[in-house]
Amino acid sequence: MFDFVSFFPRAVMQGIPLLYGSTGEILTEKSGNLNLGIPGIMYVGAISGVIGSFFYEQSMAGQPLVPFWAIAIPMASSLLGSLLMGLLYCFLTVTLRANQNVTGLALTTFGVGFGNFFGGSLIKLAHSDVPSVALPATSAFFNRTPAHAEEFSAFSQLFLHYGFLAYLAIILALVMSFVLNRTRPGLHLRAVGESPATADAAGINVTRHKYLATCIGSMIAGLGGLYYVMDYANGIWSNNAFGDRGWLAIALVIFTIWRPSVSILASILFGGLYILYLYIPTGTQMEVKELYKMLPYVITLVVLIIVSLRKKREDQPPASLGLSYFREER
Amino acid sequence: MNKESLLYISKRDSIPWYKSWLIRGIAIVLALIFCGVITMLLTGLNPLQVFSTIFYGAFGKARKTWVTVQKLAILLGIALAITPAFKMRFWNIGAEGQVLIGCLASASCMITLGGKVPNAAQVAICLLASLAAGAIWGFLPAFFKAKWETNETLFTLMMNYIAMQLAAYFIIVWEVPKGSGNIGIINQVSEAGWLPVLKLPLIGEHKYLLTIVVVALLTVVMFVYLKYSKHGYEISVVGESHRTASYAGIKVDRVIIRTMVLSGAICGLVGFLLVSGIDHTLTTTLVGGRGFTAVMVSWLAKFNPIFMVFTSLLLVILERGATEISSTFSLNASFADILTGVILFFIIGSDFFTTYQLHFRKARKEAK
Repeated sequence: MFDFVSFFPRAVMQGIPLLYGSTGEILTEKSGNLNLGIPGIMYVGAISGVIGSFFYEQSMAGQPLVPFWAIAIPMASSLLGSLLMGLLYCFLTVTLRANQNVTGLALTTFGVGFGNFFGGSLIKLAHSDVPSVALPATSAFFNRTPAHAEEFSAFSQLFLHYGFLAYLAIILALVMSFVLNRTRPGLHLRAVGESPATADAAGINVTRHKYLATCIGSMIAGLGGLYYVMDYANGIWSNNAFGDRGWLAIALVIFTIWRPSVSILASILFGGLYILYLYIPTGTQMEVKELYKMLPYVITLVVLIIVSLRKKREDQPPASLGLSYFREER
Repeated sequence: MNKESLLYISKRDSIPWYKSWLIRGIAIVLALIFCGVITMLLTGLNPLQVFSTIFYGAFGKARKTWVTVQKLAILLGIALAITPAFKMRFWNIGAEGQVLIGCLASASCMITLGGKVPNAAQVAICLLASLAAGAIWGFLPAFFKAKWETNETLFTLMMNYIAMQLAAYFIIVWEVPKGSGNIGIINQVSEAGWLPVLKLPLIGEHKYLLTIVVVALLTVVMFVYLKYSKHGYEISVVGESHRTASYAGIKVDRVIIRTMVLSGAICGLVGFLLVSGIDHTLTTTLVGGRGFTAVMVSWLAKFNPIFMVFTSLLLVILERGATEISSTFSLNASFADILTGVILFFIIGSDFFTTYQLHFRKARKEAK
């Protein structure tokens, strides 16, 4: 029998990094920047958090960690790492008007390499004598759930067994949805993404909006990496473990047709599809599982096609997505 | 008070080619210095040693040189494949999947037909299957783009993972021994479906030589195709503006689909070369991100096949050198990706200075 109570929480835990990534990317894309660097940024967000807490744990030398710093240091260093990546993207595409696709891909190459390099060489570079990058002490603070681990009612298992970053992701997505659709800054931002020239003429500072949206979006996406390594992976870094979740987050943006609130459920759906193969009885046919792993991508593709077939105006990507803006060129 | 900014930007009308390459050259030199400094900080080598280690990693021994040139050929081949599409402003980031599906097609022919047909026929069947598989992977996004304006960047991205999971599926179907998750070397004894070892005067014979020659020929053919053929002209018109193209009587849909089928088929060809000519096996990471790197190779060379030889050479040398450095100092091999990223950022940034011009305003001394 399909065990929903054990399936759902795992789907949510798989979905949360995707939710962070897609919320960040939606914000970025609303400003007209197609940031294909998100997969790299999520790696940087994860490894920066790891580096921060690694040095903090080392400096405490076995003494119990102070809860506030154990959470604040990885959070701050993760945010800083992804902010720098966002700034780099903005500097190249907004200020220097470089091609967004190429810049994004370069950022992903760099970010994934950065994560794997420091993940693999951190111990050697820090001249430390620990066998692997494992931060269970820090992770314990990120793992702490509202419900006690022994509490096993179905309700608490379904909704209360997550670390605080999981709830933060959902709150962020709701806030983002509100800001984009119901507030003036959100309106301005969407105007920048649809038609920067018009927005510029109306007195909206295009450059500032693009910078802000992209940098905040990067920081949100970076938290997805932090959640993955600190909460989901229990503070253990292994190279390439984060895999292609960053690309899946970008797929989620299209799947939800640029709506962060829809993304909450959609990310759980994607998370579920991502691990569905574990729950499908395949017997000895291991190969079938590989086909199940294809599902999220196939479904995204179908949505992409349907959206383009229907041509509803509110379902379209921001009109200036992927284009740099130069005031004197109209 | 209205503050006037100290500098303003204008678009250049045109820039002499030597000037634009000078700017790019400066960017590359700066990037190399920057990479050298990073390496110095991480390893404690002095700059001269850094670059001599990089050079040694790429060309230190005959064997290393062959690997470098082989890697150059594959990266260049993929870059050549995607160039017609990019020139058309069709943002195909699905080369990874198109090459991999070519690899899969080639490997499946080698496995299912191994030893049942003469070797020449076997190689030909592998080649055709790879071309067809790549072409299909190119056709699908192009068809939807041409008919319904479906976003090709995201479409091709998804196709990458579909190809990857298909390959993963067949790897488990064909794994040897069962449960290992690996195919191993296909037809190791019979060498059925393997590309023959080419022997050339002066160079001698080497197992990679045929692949390298094929890509060298492809470079010339692609240069001529883009620059002197009617198709090449149509591609650049469609790239400039769909409206202009259809006004001039070019069937835009047809050009998009035809170009992407060609692009996908060449990706399939590279997949064939990888499996039949070089690795003789199939893994999901066989392409190893080169489908994405190729986008940057092509774009950095401004879609010129001849310049692509140099841009891909630069990236390959760097990758080989960084691998050498990281193995010498037991650092992680991803060091190469970091250096590649740095070089790319510098070159991407330098592009600004070739398309735009900075003007400094003289400080005005008007009394207000």
